[in-house]
Amino acid sequence: MVFGAFKKLKKGLGRTREQVLGRIGAAIRREVYLTEDFLEEVEEILIASDVGVDAAVELTEGIGRRLRKKGGSMQLADVAAVLQEDVARLLGGASAEEPVMQGPPHVVLMVGVNGVGKTTSIAKLAQYHRDKGRSVLLAAGDTFRAAAVEQLSMWADRTGVEIVKQAMGADPAAVAFDAIGRAKAKGIDVVIVDTAGRLQNKEGLMRELEKIARVVQKQLPEAPHETLLCLDANTGQNGISQAKEFTSVVPLDAIFLTKLDGTAKGGVVIAIAQSIDLPVRYVGTGEGAQDFALFDADDFARGLFDASSLDETAQDAAADATEQ
Amino acid sequence: MYGNALRFRRQRALPAWAGVRVWVAGCLGRFFVFQELQDRLEGTLRNLRGNARLSEENMTDAMREIRRALLAADVEVSVAKSFVASVKDRALGEDVLKSLSPGQQVVKVVHEELVALLGHSAQDLDLQGDPPSVVLVMGLQGSGKTTFSAKLALYLKEKGRRPMLAACDLQRPAAIDQLEVLAESIGLPVYTQRGTEDVVAVAKAARQAARDQLCDVLIVDTAGRLQIDESLMEQLSELEAAIKPSEKLLVLDAMTGQEAVSIASTFNDRIGVTGSVLTKLDGDARGGAALSLVHITGKPIKFAGVGEKVTDLELFHPDRVAGRILGMGDMMSLIEKAQENVDEEQAAEMEAKFRRAEFTFEDFLDQLRQVKKMGSLKSIMGMLPGMNPKMLKQVNVDDKQLSRTEAIICSMTPHERRRPEILNGRRRKRIANGSGTHVADVNRLLKQYKDMKKMMKTLSKPGALDRFGKGLFPGM
Repeated sequence: MVFGAFKKLKKGLGRTREQVLGRIGAAIRREVYLTEDFLEEVEEILIASDVGVDAAVELTEGIGRRLRKKGGSMQLADVAAVLQEDVARLLGGASAEEPVMQGPPHVVLMVGVNGVGKTTSIAKLAQYHRDKGRSVLLAAGDTFRAAAVEQLSMWADRTGVEIVKQAMGADPAAVAFDAIGRAKAKGIDVVIVDTAGRLQNKEGLMRELEKIARVVQKQLPEAPHETLLCLDANTGQNGISQAKEFTSVVPLDAIFLTKLDGTAKGGVVIAIAQSIDLPVRYVGTGEGAQDFALFDADDFARGLFDASSLDETAQDAAADATEQ
Repeated sequence: MYGNALRFRRQRALPAWAGVRVWVAGCLGRFFVFQELQDRLEGTLRNLRGNARLSEENMTDAMREIRRALLAADVEVSVAKSFVASVKDRALGEDVLKSLSPGQQVVKVVHEELVALLGHSAQDLDLQGDPPSVVLVMGLQGSGKTTFSAKLALYLKEKGRRPMLAACDLQRPAAIDQLEVLAESIGLPVYTQRGTEDVVAVAKAARQAARDQLCDVLIVDTAGRLQIDESLMEQLSELEAAIKPSEKLLVLDAMTGQEAVSIASTFNDRIGVTGSVLTKLDGDARGGAALSLVHITGKPIKFAGVGEKVTDLELFHPDRVAGRILGMGDMMSLIEKAQENVDEEQAAEMEAKFRRAEFTFEDFLDQLRQVKKMGSLKSIMGMLPGMNPKMLKQVNVDDKQLSRTEAIICSMTPHERRRPEILNGRRRKRIANGSGTHVADVNRLLKQYKDMKKMMKTLSKPGALDRFGKGLFPGM
């Protein structure tokens, strides 16, 4: 049977997040041994979270080294702890940090490929700043996609913030320029500029983005203060290319990781951190404006793998070994 | 006999774009860029050259490289694993063909298996039953359902159908507006109902409206939902039961990573998928999710979304995506593009000249103009195998270079174009002045021209074309 390995996969799919979380409580005091099989399966857990082959190999080697140092066996819970620690370190360790406010106005530029959730994330960010008692103005810079301006307007209504918009097809740079001008005049604290989704390999569209940033600087030389790459947690290794290409056009400050409420782990941010050292600052966890959190590297690392999923791995490896 | 027929076909396929490649290569200063995977395989299989057989031991490293390549292309771990196992089964014991290096041969097997798994040919929609046939469009948030719905409607309209769109995304703000705007832009009816949350009722009313307006296809755009959102999945399953769609299309972003398996299996188990759509294939994602999709659902991928415009929809071509997953470039698209834009007669004439190695600047000018019709040089190069975005970045092709070259040739007299060897210093200076360039530019072009001619001479030797053909389709 060619696709026999699917038995394991199906089992993995049946396991919901709740079940996994429920099992963390049961402290696992199992010993694991340094075997090729065990390390290989750890690597696969990591790859299955989209961390990419290189980062997975590096992390797995770390476990191997640690196991060897401890004489070839280790408590399973410790393996999980080591992995979590290493991941958190790769992600810079900086956790749940609030953005440093500048301005006023503090200008946020939101960029990303199509369909990652830029507009919804802007609503969340607007809500966040409003809850902190800051006045917020949105700039409807996605003048390309049908009804994008309407979508942002609805969010402006719901979150009770102001919006500057123009007709569809208008110059997005002009919208951003006007918005910052208005914010300066009215003493608004935060301006969040929406942009149309663009694939990073479309040169014309990337040049348009560059222009938006340039025009923003004409209004306020030190702006944008925060350029955020909106990244879908479902994204695979293409996330690396997204981060690299966007930051080469508009230097990125951080990632806004969206759609983390699914089973997607968003492990590609580790690969991104490894290659261009771009931190994650915010996460989106649902469709409401409140479904938002500051990024916590430790939490994130815990979500990637916990002792119980490793336990299953160790058992599988042991079972395979017996079979052989 | 057959050998001749085969060779003839290759020769006919050649001129349409051989010149393009030679020209692009000329710009790059190198003839052919080998692809990454194949290179790495050559390394692991170097000791296999000759008439050895592919065996368990000598394949281990090669299989690891393939697995790695698949994972880097976002093929899901277990899918990659079982796929590699099947490739290994097939490759084991195969004689290493004399004409292929072992690396090429393994790539060939991998490519064939990929194509076999992805389905051999593009598949169209299956719309039977009493009109209106219903097409259910479903997927995660941001996968591109609404845009695809509009593209599909236009596609069906052009095939002589009368489609209607139904806005059943009652979740996302302004989703209805978006579909309305799109429908208007393609001149097709759309059914909307505001201020309700009853998706089933809206869909049923839409079906009635389609019947009343004598539309024969109803495309139902639904809200994006995560596969683990129990209540929204339940809602979708109720909708499915109520309108009994003849096509249930799962829309998936080509950039999707390892989650593709979980998404595909949940939608398939709960709703039943009849086919999939891979969107944003105009990006630079390798699209390994395609493999997971087909593997899990057992149903073909029917369409590929390749841009933001409503016309940017293509039938899904398994062989192209197979090549893309392996990093082989989108060769077929390039060839098709070349065929679309290259005049048949001109091409035949060019072929004759090509064979006699009589390639003048007039021919060069023709080719140049045809290349310009195909799009930017960068986009053409992006379709060549072995070209990854990083390399493209380094190369930094300037499309103005095309225009400059054109200007230089246009500043030559017809006599000079046909006999460039008469170009002495004074003529070169005149040409540089006439075209607004420098003598150095003219010299560079002359050098390129000389190299191209030399290359063509080699290509026109017997047997060379077969090798060329092989280079054209790496590993085939």
